[in-house]
Amino acid sequence: MTPVVQLENVTKTYSNGEVEVHAVRGISLTVQHGEFVAIMGSSGSGKSTLMNVLGCLDRPTSGRYLLDGVDTSGLDRNERADLRNRKLGFVFQGFNLLSRTTALENVELPMLYSVERLSSAERRRRALRALEIVGLSDRAEHLPNQLSGGQQQRVAIARALVNQPQVLLADEPTGNLDSRTSVEVMGVFQRLNNEGITIMMVTHELDIARFCRRNLIVRDGRIARDEAVPDRLVAEVEMQRLREAEAAAKLIASA
Amino acid sequence: MRLTATTVIALRALRRNKLRSVLTALGIIIGVAAVIAMVSIGNGAKSLVEGQIASLGRNVISVFPGSATTGGMRGGWGSSSTLTLEDAQAIEREVVGAVAVSGEVRDRQQVLANGLNWNTSVLGESPGYLGIRDWELAAGAMFTLADERSTAKVAVIGQTVVSNLFPDVDPIGQTIRIRNLPFKVVGVLKPKGFNFFGSDQDDVVIVPLTSAMRRVSRRQNLSGILIQAQTPESISRIQQDITDLLQQRRGGGEPDFTVRNQMELADAATATSRTMTALLGAIAGISLIVGGIGIMNIMLVSVTERTREIGIRLAIGAHDRDVRMQFLIEAMVLSILGGVLGVALGIGSSEIVSSQLGWPVLVSTTAVVVAVVVSAVIGIVFGFYPAHKASLLDPIDALRFE
Ligand SMILES: Nc1ncnc2c1ncn2[C@@H]1O[C@H](COP(=O)(O)OP(=O)(O)OP(=O)(O)O)[C@@H](O)[C@H]1O
Ligand SMILES: [Mg+2]
Repeated sequence: MTPVVQLENVTKTYSNGEVEVHAVRGISLTVQHGEFVAIMGSSGSGKSTLMNVLGCLDRPTSGRYLLDGVDTSGLDRNERADLRNRKLGFVFQGFNLLSRTTALENVELPMLYSVERLSSAERRRRALRALEIVGLSDRAEHLPNQLSGGQQQRVAIARALVNQPQVLLADEPTGNLDSRTSVEVMGVFQRLNNEGITIMMVTHELDIARFCRRNLIVRDGRIARDEAVPDRLVAEVEMQRLREAEAAAKLIASA
Repeated sequence: MRLTATTVIALRALRRNKLRSVLTALGIIIGVAAVIAMVSIGNGAKSLVEGQIASLGRNVISVFPGSATTGGMRGGWGSSSTLTLEDAQAIEREVVGAVAVSGEVRDRQQVLANGLNWNTSVLGESPGYLGIRDWELAAGAMFTLADERSTAKVAVIGQTVVSNLFPDVDPIGQTIRIRNLPFKVVGVLKPKGFNFFGSDQDDVVIVPLTSAMRRVSRRQNLSGILIQAQTPESISRIQQDITDLLQQRRGGGEPDFTVRNQMELADAATATSRTMTALLGAIAGISLIVGGIGIMNIMLVSVTERTREIGIRLAIGAHDRDVRMQFLIEAMVLSILGGVLGVALGIGSSEIVSSQLGWPVLVSTTAVVVAVVVSAVIGIVFGFYPAHKASLLDPIDALRFE
């Protein structure tokens, strides 16, 4: 089976006038269908740059990027837009939902730009289904500012899912969330991954990375370590543990 | 092209900013309203003037004494008294296609009857006069050629004269006294109201031309000659024939008379209103452009403000064309909306003007269609630059924008 993501010696160099920043210095990487990869590394090590390349938002300076076996280097702006729309789902650290637009309309957005033409009823049906997957069917008509951070991030995940992408990419999806909400979001990811969706995410937190199956450490624009997670955490179990701890804290407080 | 979806997106964006949308469209609204009101009121005034010019009669050519080059009509009727009864008779005899000719003298006189008196204009005319002016009789009959030949003391009077001298008597057969001479009333005219020079067309006493010249004004010269042409097409030819004939009768030289047709009179009367319309039209046009610039300004602000939104759209698969169309449609919807509201406002305000000032208003469909199309074009023209700017954004930069 062709790997879903294949990077061959990819580099990315930013040049601001005189100064050249080598953000990615040659990364080769293969990710198979159904993997769940965490990318870690210190600030400025090139994680976001790598994610932007993986998300077809940015072109590598050199090297090849094959997405689902297709070389992306020759594609123009609009062809890459189509690729993002059909094969990739992107979840941002800052959620990036359209303000004053309901959760449902936010989730419908990628379908408005898909090559496949859908009736508005079908768009609505699929958007509601995606919201159901992230457990937010009852918040469909809410505006982003009426939702908690975790709920907003789940709307963003639903939006990334709605066109049934090959890969879900997330750059610090839990960066703006507290630990409990982070576990909630990781629970959503784990369920999606168990259903077969490939997920790659950037995180700074070691314990968040332990919900994934494979961890990559990036240092200075190169992959420094690449290893399977031995004792993977399960979000449901962790949630249970958190709830018990909270209950215990309450008991102590009221005693 | 995902036009329907893009339109939906654009409409949603406008709906989210209702107040701003309306304010943005305000420039166009006012511009279009001004255009529509101007055109409607101008058309109404024009139709009014045309109606009144038409009430002068059908295919009428007038000859005035005095040369156009030395002042013409400005000298007033009869300022230089050079037209004679013989001129009128010569025209009647020799100009082909002149179906009716009436020499004319005008005078203001005190008229007495019934123990009442009234100052009115006394017209000396030929029997053909009523036909030339398209005037009709309410009662009685017009005097005849025989009356004219015999300088008979008979008169046809207008409704204003009737109401002032014969408030409760049937005037037919009664006697009125002009310059102390008794004239028998043989006919009463139908009411016609005011003409476009503002004078009361019913305030007249018409007597045979010869009677007027010998008995009333006692002068040898005509105030003018009215000629009715057979067809509208023959007017200019007949006008030329009359000029040639009168010139020939005077043995050449500088003409001491002016020949005008009805259309030239109408042109003179509408020239001022045309200038006004053109001026106001220019102002309206400028305000439309200002409205367009207003749209461009707000759209540019909107593009900057919504950079993140554009970034999100690009990131999830919008083409540059989708973004461009979205902003273009927003600008177009704003300007078309402005156009439609402007048309409504323009019609409304011209109705108010007409009801307040008593002017007729003619809303022209062409003007409405043109106004809406022009405002759509303004939307495209002034919306294009902001839309293009939005479509050129790089998704990553746009997403990073704070
Ligand atoms: N648009 C840009 N122009 C110039 N340099 C850039 C640009 N974007 C990133 N860089 C540089 O590239 C390097 C890698 O940046 P990147 O954002 O990939 O780091 P990161 O690993 O995501 O860091 P963080 O954990 O803080 O998000 C940094 O040194 C950064 O300054
Ligand atoms: Mg980063």
